[in-house]
Order: sequence, then C-alpha cells, then structure tokens
Amino acid sequence: MSADATPEGPRPRVSTRRLVLVGAAVCLVIAGVVSFFASRHPDGLQHVAQSLGFAGAARESAAAGSPLAGYGVDGVSNGFLSGGLAGVVGLVVVAVVMGGLVLLLRRLGRRRG
Amino acid sequence: MHVPDGFLDAPTSVATMVAAGGVVAASLVRASRHELDERTAPLAGLVAVFVFAAQMVNFPVGAGTSGHLIGASLAAVLVGPATATLCLTVVLSVQAFLFADGGVTALGTNVLLMGVIAVWVGYGVARAVLAVLPRRMSSVPLAAAAGSFVSVPAAALVFTGLFAAGGVAPIPLGPLVAAMVGWHLLIGVGEALITFLAVSSIVAARPDLVHAARGRMPALQLRTPEPVA
Repeated sequence: MSADATPEGPRPRVSTRRLVLVGAAVCLVIAGVVSFFASRHPDGLQHVAQSLGFAGAARESAAAGSPLAGYGVDGVSNGFLSGGLAGVVGLVVVAVVMGGLVLLLRRLGRRRG
Repeated sequence: MHVPDGFLDAPTSVATMVAAGGVVAASLVRASRHELDERTAPLAGLVAVFVFAAQMVNFPVGAGTSGHLIGASLAAVLVGPATATLCLTVVLSVQAFLFADGGVTALGTNVLLMGVIAVWVGYGVARAVLAVLPRRMSSVPLAAAAGSFVSVPAAALVFTGLFAAGGVAPIPLGPLVAAMVGWHLLIGVGEALITFLAVSSIVAARPDLVHAARGRMPALQLRTPEPVA
C-alpha cells in the first residue's frame, strides 16, 4: 500500500452535475411549495418601522406594477399556485442571470490569462 | 431587511448606490480573477438560486414579527466574498424589479447592507472562527453559522447609521438601534441555523468546492491499492 497526499485536499463525494441537479430540485421545492407556508408577519425592519412610527414613509416601488409584484402572478387567483409560480419564475430568472454572469466572468478571466 | 423606497432621502440613497456600485465593480474583477474557476462556477449559480428561494421563506421570530435568511455569510464561505456580493446583487435586483420586494431607488442601500456589509462581516467572522477551530471540514459549517449570526445585526446596525444620516423621519437613535439590533439578533439565530444546515450539506457532498476551506484543510491521504500481479 502506498499513501500519497492529494494536492486537492478533501475529495468530492458526488459529481458536480448531480450536486447542481439535486440542489436545483431542493430550491424549486423551497421556492415553489415551502414558500406558501412562510410567515406573513412583517419582517424585522417593517416591525421596527411600525412600532417607532416611520412605516408610513415607505413609498410604493416603481416596480409595483410588475405582474409578479408581491410574489404572486397577476391573473392567477389560487394563492398556492400564484405564489409557487412566482417563486419558480424568479428562481429561473436568478439562475439565468447569475449563470450568464459567471460564464461571462469565466470567459474574461481566461482571456486575461 | 429589504429597505423600501422612501425611508432614506435622495442624497443618502445615491451615496449608497455609488458605494454599492463600486464594491460590485471590484467584486466582478476579484471574482473572475481569484474565486471563479471551472470547478466552482456551477456552485456560484446554485448559491444564488438557493439564496433567492430561501429568502421567500419568512420564519416567525415572535410578537408578530418574522425574518428570513440573508444568505451573505453562507454564500461568502461557499463561493468567496466577491462572488457572494455578486450572488446577493443578482438576487436583490431580481427581487426589486420583478417582485417589488425592496425599493428600486433603495436597491443600492439593500446591496450595500446585505450584499456588502453582511457578506464581509459574515466572511470576516467566519474566517476568524475557522482560525481558532480545529483544521477539519466539520469546522466550516460552524464558522459559517457564527459569521451569519453576526452578519444580520451588523447589517441592521449599519441601516440605523444610514437612517440617522438620511432618514426621512426624526426617530431618536437609541431606541432605533435597540429595536433594530434586538430583532435582528433573533433573526440571526434562524440565519445561523439555516446557514449551518446548508453549508453542512455542501461540505458533506463536495468539500473540495468550499471556498473558505481552500488550502486550510489537511489533504486527504489517497490510498492506491498495489497492483495485483
């Protein structure tokens, strides 16, 4: 038996392909299903703003007219479907934008050598 | 923690936009030169997607209040701080423009708080904790959780500073700091729990991809069986 230290350090247990597929599936379930059961209470900042009396200063976002505003899909009346669909669309958009950015940075990084 | 439009005056919003823009630009360079390579690039995409999904799930923290993961420390430990800033910036931009979650004029503020302050405080604390824990992969999720716990009240504290400088309502600073830091310490507990579980999963599956463990963990002994004659 010969023992060699690998320069890479700890070894992978699953392939990158499997990691991304399983990870994406978990995220789809979180955004598409689990999000329906999220707490509807105001978050920490909203709560503080309400209790200290500056919540009224909030103005409507310029994006308030978006068909996905508030994590729902315009025209879908079922709350579970509307929220789940909005979550899945958002997840795909984040994946495409971040994926594109990473590809671009990799290409630029290679060109620089 | 998503700051809506209208909480901060225009000069403060512009200042945070400029500061956030500068850090994002530097992060693009740093990420492409030092953090993203062929092996780790897919994890960067996965981290952004996970942060978006997890931020949809508000958990209750008592007294009619909720919080959700920021994911800054989680991202910084897994893919590096510059790439973490890019992940958070993409998520916060999609949330602001598509979902009207967090203001549009407040986008710079939100990127500064969650994509810069929370990332670097979380990463700094995680690195400090890693330096004192045993050099084992099992130390990494603990360090990430500690960083994430501190990152949430740190971002809340910086918000109170911004509000003191350019808030639209004259709120006494003492009560504002106490309320913001107090609630966000509670939210930080949830943040730490989720961060621990998520980082543990990646450490279990692909320890070789974890940024914060690069060059710090002892190499595994690779045993090759002798050829059978």
